[in-house]
Amino acid sequence: MTDLSSNTGGIRSPNPFWLASAPPANSGAQVQRAFDAGWGGAVWKTLGTPIQNVSSRFGAHHVTGARHVGFNNIELITDRPLEVNFREIEDTKKKYPKHAVIVSLMVESRDEWRDIIKRSVDTGADGLELNFGCPHGMCERGMGSAVGQEPKVNQEITSWAVEYSTIPVLVKLTPNVANIVPHGLAAKRGGAHGVSLINTIKSIIGVDIDRFVPEPRVGGLSTNGGYCGQAVKPIALHMVASLAREKEFGLPISGIGGVANWRDAVEFILLGSSSVQVCTEVMLRGYRIVEDMIEGLEDYMRSHGFATLDQMVGKAIPQFSEWGNLDLNYETVAKIDAQKCIGCNKCMIACDDGAHQCIHHDPAGSKVPVVDEAECVGCNLCKIVCPVEGCITMAEVPNGWAPATWNDHVNQGLALRPKKGAH
Amino acid sequence: MATTPIDPDRSETVFEDYKGSYSRDQALAEASRCLYCFDPPCVKACPTEIDIPQFIRKIATENVRGSARTIFASNILGMSCARVCPVEKLCAGACVFNDLHQAPIQIGKLQRYATDTAYDAGWRFFDAGPDTGRSVALVGGGPASLACAHELRRHGHRCTVFEQRAVAGGLNVTGVAPYKMKADRGADEVAWVLGIGGIEVRTGVTVGVDVTLAELATDHDAVFLGIGLGADSALGVPGESLPGVQGAVAFLEAMKLSKVSVAGVRRAVVVGGGNTAVDAVRALRGLGVADVTMLYRGDEAAMSGYAHEWAAAKVAGARAEWRGVATGFDAGADGRVAAVRCQRLDAQRKPVDGDVFTLAAELVLVAIGQAKLDALVAPLGLDTKGGRIVTDADGATSRPGVFAGGDARNGGKEVVNAAAEGKRAATAIDAFLRGSAR
Repeated sequence: MTDLSSNTGGIRSPNPFWLASAPPANSGAQVQRAFDAGWGGAVWKTLGTPIQNVSSRFGAHHVTGARHVGFNNIELITDRPLEVNFREIEDTKKKYPKHAVIVSLMVESRDEWRDIIKRSVDTGADGLELNFGCPHGMCERGMGSAVGQEPKVNQEITSWAVEYSTIPVLVKLTPNVANIVPHGLAAKRGGAHGVSLINTIKSIIGVDIDRFVPEPRVGGLSTNGGYCGQAVKPIALHMVASLAREKEFGLPISGIGGVANWRDAVEFILLGSSSVQVCTEVMLRGYRIVEDMIEGLEDYMRSHGFATLDQMVGKAIPQFSEWGNLDLNYETVAKIDAQKCIGCNKCMIACDDGAHQCIHHDPAGSKVPVVDEAECVGCNLCKIVCPVEGCITMAEVPNGWAPATWNDHVNQGLALRPKKGAH
Repeated sequence: MATTPIDPDRSETVFEDYKGSYSRDQALAEASRCLYCFDPPCVKACPTEIDIPQFIRKIATENVRGSARTIFASNILGMSCARVCPVEKLCAGACVFNDLHQAPIQIGKLQRYATDTAYDAGWRFFDAGPDTGRSVALVGGGPASLACAHELRRHGHRCTVFEQRAVAGGLNVTGVAPYKMKADRGADEVAWVLGIGGIEVRTGVTVGVDVTLAELATDHDAVFLGIGLGADSALGVPGESLPGVQGAVAFLEAMKLSKVSVAGVRRAVVVGGGNTAVDAVRALRGLGVADVTMLYRGDEAAMSGYAHEWAAAKVAGARAEWRGVATGFDAGADGRVAAVRCQRLDAQRKPVDGDVFTLAAELVLVAIGQAKLDALVAPLGLDTKGGRIVTDADGATSRPGVFAGGDARNGGKEVVNAAAEGKRAATAIDAFLRGSAR
């Protein structure tokens, strides 16, 4: 039996799939529909002093045929009365006692934090998430990422929240920093039970090149927004993994950033997330995507022998290392499967212009390019551009050299194999 | 009937699939093209209401197992329907891409990819419910009864299927055009459905002869009639009993289960304009008959056979005589049929005086419909209309405890209609059994 139940810093949910604090978790009716669709938890749209939003609010990054690969927004926190939000949170929690309901919060003064935390806890919610991440609008008012970018402020406000709260406190971190680790450690020092990351990335999604106005356009002006969607996943994975492998850290992580399907979720979990949060993919396609996420994760766990989520959380972290620990004597070369090759020569032009000029026309005249393996550095570029699944593979070369990393070489003088393609 | 139910050396094996299977790459590319519409027209066009966007998205995320689960949860005959459904008239015909004047998503081929993968991998998704101690007799072993029995097993009711042929599966084994699905694949599906356990299939039992319907109604807590249609209808014209004149359904069954010979047949005529006629035309062309003509009483726009099927028949080299009816058959020197005597009709389908013609043919297949089997159910006193068994929307007949679905109820539609009606009837039967005292 595969058990998908999740525990993030004491916040339990039937599965690790949570709605992120965002428009899909704006109201009780929405969150309850999401739970009916299968979501395990929801982080309520951030509560604070209700704001007034602009129109328009969203922008999208379309990439030659693939729509909305990236997404951004200039929407702020809740614009609904606090009492309505609290009433709906309480109602939701009563109707769905086993699901995780987390209240996202963003206010300024210590008194405001005390008041809003008490009201949040009184709803019966399972946890709090402190929004120290929002990179647009709210940060101009001294909140959101303005807090998340200052470890001292982060730590202080976190300590207030932990003092006032009787339920677990997660700190949502901003990616708009040079190194995420000090910010995660600040939250830990403040007493947080876990962290959520990443919030959105400061961005301009595009420019209306006829009106000379960035997008999304509000009348004749625009502003920077928060970038998210599938395109940000690599950045999010790195930040999650950076905290997960940090020995001094050790807090549970709720992973966020470009999770669109079960496979993305597996990656976040393997890099240390106990739960994952989703917003953009739900905004684009609806709550129904969770069905595939649950099935896919369950299937993956079963096929890989994981009985519980705990067994797979962070499973890839030991293999996430420093460059200096990579084996310089490990060698691969590209192999082209002549039976599969369609003769597009994309590998050839990529190698010629973008790599090491080691893929050439077949001297015998066939459509299948040939790899000069003596020159091939094993960079993967040809495999990446090849449109045919399984046509180009990177084969390991048993070159007889004992493993040697840069650190080994510098510290112990271990010998490195001769460089390829460096002439 | 051949000694083995499905002869490995049967005639249909010369056919290749008209719509081939997808490779993984092809399936991924096509699935990724799907817009994942919400509450979309493709689902509304499917009688079994498969959640098409969901199963396609799951192919795109490489959750093929989940994809197959989504399909089978709505339609346990999803594997055969992927092959035999007229998707051009159903899901794919309703795809929103048509409105964009772009190629619709190849829903049938994607469904085939997911369901074939499930069959190959041996995935099973459904278990029988706890035994209720109730039993249901299902008459006819075709798609309607199989879909009904599978759903009844999920509710925990015991099922016995009575099939007069030596092999279960109904038209999915004996009647589907061979370039859509061959008999052995239909038999694979029967085995897969029966894999849920607890469904006894009694082949070679003709209800009404070997056992009466009244006996079944007494011995079981409920009866489902999935009896389909009867033999090919006859034209009732002189010479129809000549060797070389036969029903199209019977011919298709013979070529699917055994070896038929078209040696000496250079010209063939298929009488009719429905989908069976078009199937017969394409089958004869595929078997190598040089000159195949469809003789239809109306014009091309009026034929009930699907336009896309007829278009494919034309590509395969078939011809048509529009507005013509067969008035008789002439024998050649060998005593076999040699020609079809025909009368031209006008636009109102009235004979045009003096406009008669002859089509030479060494083989004639008559495809003008099939007999209704209302006489079989007469002993139960069920209401019928035009030979169809009258039921409510859930398949309940005029007699409590007796339900019906498939061609016997709808007069002859698609496999997917039979699957939908069988499943829906099972839900009604379950409610009936749980509501009725023992």
